[in-house]
Amino acid sequence: MHLILFIIFAGFCLAGAINLLLQTHPINSALSLIVVMTSLAVLYLLLGAEFLAAAQIIVYSGAIMVLFTFVVMLLNAGREERTLGSRAALSVGFPSVVAILAVLSTIIIRAQGLGVARLGEGLTNDPEKSNMFQVSRVLFHELLLPFEVTSILILIAILGAVAIASPGHGYTGDDGERISHK
Amino acid sequence: MTLLSFFIWSLIKVVVVSVVLLVGVAYTVLLERKLVGRIQNRWGPSRVGPFGLLQPLVDGAKSFLKEDLIPTAVYRPLYLMAPIIALGCAMISIGVIPFGEPVGPKGFDIFEVANVNIGLLVILGITSIGVYGIALAGWSSNNKYSLLGSLRSSAQLISYELALGLSLVGVVLRAGSLNLRTIVEQQATRGIVSWNIFGGCQFVAFFIYLMAAYAETNRSPFDLPEAESELTGGYHTEYSSMKFAMFFMAEYANMINVGCVATLLFLGGWTSPLGNLIPPPQNIFVHALMPVFWFVAKVFCFLFLYVWVRGTLPRFRYDQLMNFGWRVLMPLAILNIIGTSLLLAYR
Amino acid sequence: MSSFAQEVPLSWYLLLSSVLFSLGVVGFLIKRNLITVFMSIELMLNAVNLSFVTFAHEWHAVKGQIFVFFVMMVAAAEAAVGLAIIIAVFRARATLSVDRINLMKL
Repeated sequence: MHLILFIIFAGFCLAGAINLLLQTHPINSALSLIVVMTSLAVLYLLLGAEFLAAAQIIVYSGAIMVLFTFVVMLLNAGREERTLGSRAALSVGFPSVVAILAVLSTIIIRAQGLGVARLGEGLTNDPEKSNMFQVSRVLFHELLLPFEVTSILILIAILGAVAIASPGHGYTGDDGERISHK
Repeated sequence: MTLLSFFIWSLIKVVVVSVVLLVGVAYTVLLERKLVGRIQNRWGPSRVGPFGLLQPLVDGAKSFLKEDLIPTAVYRPLYLMAPIIALGCAMISIGVIPFGEPVGPKGFDIFEVANVNIGLLVILGITSIGVYGIALAGWSSNNKYSLLGSLRSSAQLISYELALGLSLVGVVLRAGSLNLRTIVEQQATRGIVSWNIFGGCQFVAFFIYLMAAYAETNRSPFDLPEAESELTGGYHTEYSSMKFAMFFMAEYANMINVGCVATLLFLGGWTSPLGNLIPPPQNIFVHALMPVFWFVAKVFCFLFLYVWVRGTLPRFRYDQLMNFGWRVLMPLAILNIIGTSLLLAYR
Repeated sequence: MSSFAQEVPLSWYLLLSSVLFSLGVVGFLIKRNLITVFMSIELMLNAVNLSFVTFAHEWHAVKGQIFVFFVMMVAAAEAAVGLAIIIAVFRARATLSVDRINLMKL
């Protein structure tokens, strides 16, 4: 059962990622990325990380990707024209991708003593043993300060996003004049 | 339990729950038409069957038999996919909602499709994916009204999701769990007094949840994405016959979902409002079905409130909507979280 | 049902993660639209998250999962700021093609 689920959702992941590369329209790419993220959530569930599975769907598929599709719609981004890209990407980029992939997969295949994942491992309705309980225990006891700091990070990011994207800063597209109201 | 019997049981439960939900959707439409009719001093549907009770069947047949138009300029794959996403997301989240006390053969729960430890998060996640149905419908229609409607709805849904999620934190803090059964059992001690909305001092959270739920389901007074008078129907302008009916059904299924969640989190779920004042019935069937009756009654009251608000309030303006969400509901929700946690720490 | 079908070696998850990461890098290199380039970065982040969760499962360490949670936080912040920058760039240049956005100053 675990094997079947793994094959199905890993297949969805790979198909989505490849489709992301092949599609020329940004909205199709965004949708394939949503497929990747949602199937990753299922894989997290298979690995017993139920909180992360929910967070993955809520944060990534439900918030970040909605923002992406929103921006694609707002800017009415059309099909991209394919060019060869920079010479650096051709000469350095692709060989190093292949090299990274080769090194990583060799290490992973050679690695001894990696365990196995079983179905339903770590998923329990017992409140004291559940993944949710453990995560919140560590998050709100040991790592409370980093958690609070991320909230400040998010706040700063919101302010930055508003400041950057609000009209009236920087150049306008039409005449290149700086607008300086406020 | 073997794998096979698990599959068969689950399949039966899924089919039954889906059918019940779809019938519920059909009769919620009738309820709304009747009630809005009475509010506006007219009869509402009254011709088909006694009191117009067969009207939903006729409506369904009508939308099946209508011509299915696909405009030439639409982006076909997404145009066809959007209603399926909308209806699918609306119908999935009913799967984690418990309707009654856990009864059934061999520890098997007949009143809930799946008892998930993170039920509340699952519902929030599925709701947040439901945005895509509306957003893609508007974008792929290639129509300016549709696009405006879908842009409005994505912005609205993202904004109100925050308030919605934050309003539930108080309840989760009180229960100490995200499991919907645990949340209900925590409210089950003394009837109506121990429900979260009264005993838990969560009425502010309930108000925030109510407002955010109206916005999340695109209902009046927040029905900006489909405002007829300005957008000629919004995101579903270009949809006809069964595809339009799917959006329609998704909207009502979402209403029922929201009602179920409100019932579970704030109104004590399937517990009786009288608590232990009346002794529990001896008959096993009555004992099993009584909680379901209370659950359905509470959801019905919630839907009644929905329709009542729709018949009463005018539509907001777009900037009012955004201001209300970000400047009123969000701070209120955060204050509610702080207040609830102080209360819990003090005890 | 045989015992083989009940379990999957963790190295498969790691392999999937590395393949997804490489696909993300390839997307970063070949995509010409600013938004899709940004999406490739998100794909790489997700691939790394998968390997974090796998290792957390291997060593029964919840902190690995919490690291993923923080990565998600940072990714959300990054997406907000990044998309704001994309909107600002589109206002200034009226294009999203990375080949045309090659000047520091207009």
